[in-house]
Amino acid sequence: MSAFSRRHFLRGAGALAALGAVPGFLGRALAASAPGSGKTLVLVFLRGGADGLSIVPPVGDPAYRAARPTIALAAPGKEGGTLRLDDVFALHPALSPLLPLWSDRTLAIVHAAGLPGATRSHFDAQDFCESGTPGLKSTADGWLNRAVQRSGGPEGAFRVVAIQPTLPRMLVGDAPAVAMSSLGQFRMPGGPAGSSAFDALYAQAVDTALRTTGIETFEALREAGSAKLAQLPPANGAEYGGAPIARRLQDVARLIRSGVGLQVAATDMGGWDTHVGEGTEKGQLASRLAELGGALAAFARDLGPRWADTRVVVMTEFGRTARENGNRGTDHGTASVMLVLGGGVRGGRVLGGYRGLGRSELFEERDLAIGTDVRSVLWETVQAQLDLRDASRVFPGFSPGARVLG
Amino acid sequence: MFKAISMRDPLLAVLLLAGCATASSGGGAPAAVAPRVEPLQLPAVSWSGEAQAVHLLNRLAYGPSPADLRQVQQMGPAGWIAQQLVPADIDDSAVEKRLADFPSLSMSTAELVARYPRAKKVAQAKGISLEGKSPEQMRAELVGVVEPFHLPRQVGAELVAARLIRAAESRRQLQEQLVDFWFNHFNVSADKGAVRWMVSPYEREAIRPHLFGTFRELLGAVAHHPAMLFYLDNWASTREGFNAPRRGRVGLNENYARELLELHTLGVDGGYTQQDVREVARCFTGWGIRKPNEDGSFEFHPQAHDRGSKRVLGVEIPAGGGMEDGERVLDLLARHPSTARFVARKLAQKFVMDSPPPALVERVAQVFLRTGGDLTATYRALFESPEFWSDTARAAKVKTPLEFTVSAVRALGGTTAGDVPMIQALTRMGQPLYRAQPPTGWPEVSQPWVNPGALVARIDFGLKLASGRLTGTEVPLPSVNGTPDEVVDRTARAILHRPLGEQTRSTLLAALGVSEVMPDGEQRRVDGAKLVGLLLGAPEFQNQ
Repeated sequence: MSAFSRRHFLRGAGALAALGAVPGFLGRALAASAPGSGKTLVLVFLRGGADGLSIVPPVGDPAYRAARPTIALAAPGKEGGTLRLDDVFALHPALSPLLPLWSDRTLAIVHAAGLPGATRSHFDAQDFCESGTPGLKSTADGWLNRAVQRSGGPEGAFRVVAIQPTLPRMLVGDAPAVAMSSLGQFRMPGGPAGSSAFDALYAQAVDTALRTTGIETFEALREAGSAKLAQLPPANGAEYGGAPIARRLQDVARLIRSGVGLQVAATDMGGWDTHVGEGTEKGQLASRLAELGGALAAFARDLGPRWADTRVVVMTEFGRTARENGNRGTDHGTASVMLVLGGGVRGGRVLGGYRGLGRSELFEERDLAIGTDVRSVLWETVQAQLDLRDASRVFPGFSPGARVLG
Repeated sequence: MFKAISMRDPLLAVLLLAGCATASSGGGAPAAVAPRVEPLQLPAVSWSGEAQAVHLLNRLAYGPSPADLRQVQQMGPAGWIAQQLVPADIDDSAVEKRLADFPSLSMSTAELVARYPRAKKVAQAKGISLEGKSPEQMRAELVGVVEPFHLPRQVGAELVAARLIRAAESRRQLQEQLVDFWFNHFNVSADKGAVRWMVSPYEREAIRPHLFGTFRELLGAVAHHPAMLFYLDNWASTREGFNAPRRGRVGLNENYARELLELHTLGVDGGYTQQDVREVARCFTGWGIRKPNEDGSFEFHPQAHDRGSKRVLGVEIPAGGGMEDGERVLDLLARHPSTARFVARKLAQKFVMDSPPPALVERVAQVFLRTGGDLTATYRALFESPEFWSDTARAAKVKTPLEFTVSAVRALGGTTAGDVPMIQALTRMGQPLYRAQPPTGWPEVSQPWVNPGALVARIDFGLKLASGRLTGTEVPLPSVNGTPDEVVDRTARAILHRPLGEQTRSTLLAALGVSEVMPDGEQRRVDGAKLVGLLLGAPEFQNQ
């Protein structure tokens, strides 16, 4: 029985009658799964509209420096210079921890990615990125939940996890998903004795949503407790540092390494809305990138051999204006950059339909135009990690064109 | 600062006069002050008096407290609602006295900016360079230079504390629930730049004075407020091609216009087009802020305003209207049937159930339209509805983290300082107050609040609170005299207000380790803190 039907089973009309059988059933489902053998997809959402043109600056585009007189990054080789990727693109120097991944081809960059029907509202743009249905706000569930519903993955309490306080929109839906601020805070309340009392109280709950969530919660708590997940130290000399995104990715790594059957993980990071004083090789954006780059590099290292089965997608809701504004920052724009990392990635390449920053190439004469639909990258990723075939079930109304990731 | 606020007074006077004429027939309520609104006509229900009071306090208040429960039962639901609809008549001096400890609550944005400057600004003034330093290094540099209570975050801390104290202890409970509702409806986030110094004045000036007036007044107060102008970027929106001093060529920003239509008034399906969004944005060009990081008051910039004619929802707004263009738009929107339905539905979601029956929404919307958006009349229609008092509405909603934490404190007649441990608990449950980033605010429905991490955080909160480990927030523990069965039944009744199921009782007794009876009939005494912790974390206490 898939997770999709399990949730329906629990929430459906027959749930009350069948309730007595649930713990045993869940136990069997758990035992039948083969945790630790599957692939994992990790989604990192940069909230606020991250500036793709500073993260992976097109230093070889003559229009780049002209558009950004005070915040353009220096060419490779110069002081505070960027890191050369190819003839056009370079990497922000704060992302230097990612260079080894670029070199061993487990990091691919997709430039000029965005969603059609661009909106410059954070809120709408995030909503569309997470519902997977640009322009349609009434979509109830998230694309990543729909993807999970249709994949035959291992059934376990930690199959789908968000390391953030509330479940992100992309994971809302019929497939069970666990959200938590951190593994460290996710422990048996009141110790094992208190916890078993709450377990029983929630199993008897009249409210269906509370009962279902309770069952999922205590199942996950038992597993987290027995695996001592939160205590697992980093492997292979990985050093995460103290940034929030690093701690979150460390928790994801713990779930992957302990073989609890993690199939999909999501987390997010704020601080990308750089309207004022964006900075160059140092400054606001550089600080965020140093945290992100350091966390991703530590994560890859920590996973060791499991990195081969893991794929990370880093995305944001929109890019920022091609030209800098009057406050040495940038305003809400359209296309940005996506990072795709992991074992199965044919990396070491800047992909996507970047057209340039010349006046005629810009969208509405101000933004980097969309060359690649974000959904293409997301779809190819779920296809690879969750073994799906029908894109329209995950992204209704979307038909993927030519492959982006190759 | 602007005129819209004072418009409430004549209306209130009319309301009070109307109320005085009918207040004399107060019925059997031993009311100190006769409520000044028409007596409510509540539908007949078969529930007990206690059940009615519990339902009412779960929805119009932050859950039943022992004192409020007694009061509602004495006054009767109708009398109590009538009183809550005129909060100015309710003596709330005890809470007001406590709030006097928070100086920032009465300051203007300009005063707040001056009194609680950014740490970096203080450092600059003292000649300390923070250039290129990590946050940790900066912190180390600033220790001893900056007084912690004069940092911007203190403004937020005092505002949160005040909100929690009021929610837990104010006698104007409906007012506090409505502050939550309308702040959330017109959400701004303290995390966005200068809003941190504007959010306290925003709640005080734009939200609180207009809860019981007309929707148009509330909408107007919000539209004029620098917190909203900044949060949704309208202050930076100008006519196309405008050459702004220091900012260069700028233009239209649709952010506020879109959210005004989508979230504040018509709703996403309310019948507006993308063209309407642009036209509304044009109408509001020039509605700005005088020095956002310094003065922070409303200012209209005629040079930035688009002087051309506009067409909004099919209505022509002639050229040259200046600042009045925006007022015309607000007039149009406030009386639009889509707005009536959107607001009625959201109120019904808050007070009745997550998926309110369309008939209820339509009925309440009609009252909204008929009374020119009179909010008191609108609430009344909701509270008088059979749907509000129906069995399907009872315990049908999951408490938000705010409602959960505060109702736990109230359930036992406790008290809170609203300080760090409470804020941390709310953050863990996913509701850091005043920091909801999207303009949609916090969700009004249950689904997003029910997830494993949040559930663990709720259970944890109940255990901590009951065992006295939540510094600053305290609840008195109930008596444990009597047999374990008696204690469990009595305490469960006091907290959950419903009889325990057989299975639940035995689960509780087993968890308390008191099921065992000695040969001489003696039983272990119940651990009161543990019992209360179990009850606060139980699924029944998550519902309202």
